Amino acid sequence: MERQSWIAKPLFWQLVSFALFFGFWELAGRWPISFAFPPFSKTLVALLSMIADGSLGKAYLLTLQPLIIGIVLCSIAGIGFGIGMGLSRAIEWFSLPIFIVLQAAPMAALIPLITYIYGIGITAKVLAVVVLAAPVIVMNSYKGIRNTNPSLIQMCRAFLGTRRQQVVKIILPHAAALIFAGLRLGLAMGFIGIVIAELLITPTGIGDLITYNSSVADYPRMFAAIASIVLVAALAIQGLERLERKLFPPEMRGSENVG
Amino acid sequence: MSADAIVQVKDVGKIYDGGVEALASISLALPQGKLSTLLGPSGCGKTSLLKIIAGLIPPSRGEIWVKGTKVEGPGPERAFVFQDFALLPWANVLRNVAFGLELRGLPKPERDAIARKHIGEVGLASFESSYPHQLSGGMRQRVGLARALAVDADIILMDEPFSSVDEQTRRKFQEELLVLLRHKRKTVIFVTHSIEEAAYLSDQIVLLSPRPGTLSKIVEPNIHREGRSPDEIRRDKNYLDAVDEIWQILKHYV
Repeated sequence: MERQSWIAKPLFWQLVSFALFFGFWELAGRWPISFAFPPFSKTLVALLSMIADGSLGKAYLLTLQPLIIGIVLCSIAGIGFGIGMGLSRAIEWFSLPIFIVLQAAPMAALIPLITYIYGIGITAKVLAVVVLAAPVIVMNSYKGIRNTNPSLIQMCRAFLGTRRQQVVKIILPHAAALIFAGLRLGLAMGFIGIVIAELLITPTGIGDLITYNSSVADYPRMFAAIASIVLVAALAIQGLERLERKLFPPEMRGSENVG
Repeated sequence: MSADAIVQVKDVGKIYDGGVEALASISLALPQGKLSTLLGPSGCGKTSLLKIIAGLIPPSRGEIWVKGTKVEGPGPERAFVFQDFALLPWANVLRNVAFGLELRGLPKPERDAIARKHIGEVGLASFESSYPHQLSGGMRQRVGLARALAVDADIILMDEPFSSVDEQTRRKFQEELLVLLRHKRKTVIFVTHSIEEAAYLSDQIVLLSPRPGTLSKIVEPNIHREGRSPDEIRRDKNYLDAVDEIWQILKHYV
């Protein structure tokens, strides 16, 4: 047995990757490539001071509100709609083309229109999250339902299962993993939606921190706000991915058994 | 048709959407308490015929009668064993075996007790809480068989149950299957493309010709199996004659 050396550990290389990235950032900031580009160290100090004075916490309270409302709305309505599309041909024919177009379209372009109709309040921001997150959540739920192993459905019929039992005991458990993956992708889209909304509609929360600090030329604080939202989104999505692997281990999913 | 026929196939034909004719006018009687095999080269419609008997696909013409009733769909007197096992990957062996009873609304303690008994019979007693992905192909098919036995149907329909199982496992499984099913006096309808498997297991072998499937010949091996070892059966003159007779017919279709 060969002992695994430190060089073969993934964590080691991940740390090296981060160190290199922050190192280059520091160098680029000190060069400087632009007056508006602060080095890593100054950004980090700014971030810590924003955490300490509470401005970052307050900003996230404002930013996460429409994001969470939007994602919850999408999870209920979007998953329900996707499941309906997967189970009923009529709903599928009626709405599949719309969602295919919506998924391909750059939905961010709709945000100015949303502002025009719904103003600058929280409704507009929730809607911005919804238009970005909904298509992928709906489509994943639909695909999950449609991918059910036909052999399992035949088995259910052979053992006298009703259509209701087929849906509850075969189709939904089979689709659960893909539906959850859709939620994760939807959350990633939701983060994009909320940041665009806060920059384009009215500066609140994180969008406000970015816009305000940019206007007063406090670039370390502006970059700290940007870096923090990148970090929060990455951690949230990584966390969901881990939860997904724990809840639906690949070998127990339905989809891998097809064929 | 013989008086003790439990399944009667009357002039059954099947044309799939797109015009592929899988079966052309087959009439058959399958005797109660016996093991009948549907044998033929690929594309002879043997699986189609089995699924029509199961009520999983409707025939394009003709009728199936089971125990004096016309088949309109799946029924409690028939249980199916699938070629690809068709186990729920997210459910353990116990739940998979009890699944037929779960669908019938039997309370959990009762269905688990019945399932445990059948898991023991197919030799998986210590694997109740294992998941399908942790089992070999042969063990997965034992789960499929136990599920079919658990609903206590008179007729077990098996669609190439050993085709995804390696040769050694297959022989062992065949021998155990023979003992188990004879002991339970089930009627078994078995689809295979293996001549040896058909001759070794069957009381009656239905030979089908390919594209579209028609009845070619019915061979009755008439092997004396009571109290004899598998090796003795495989050296039996009637077994060897049956294998030869089937091959003489099937080689014209290959």
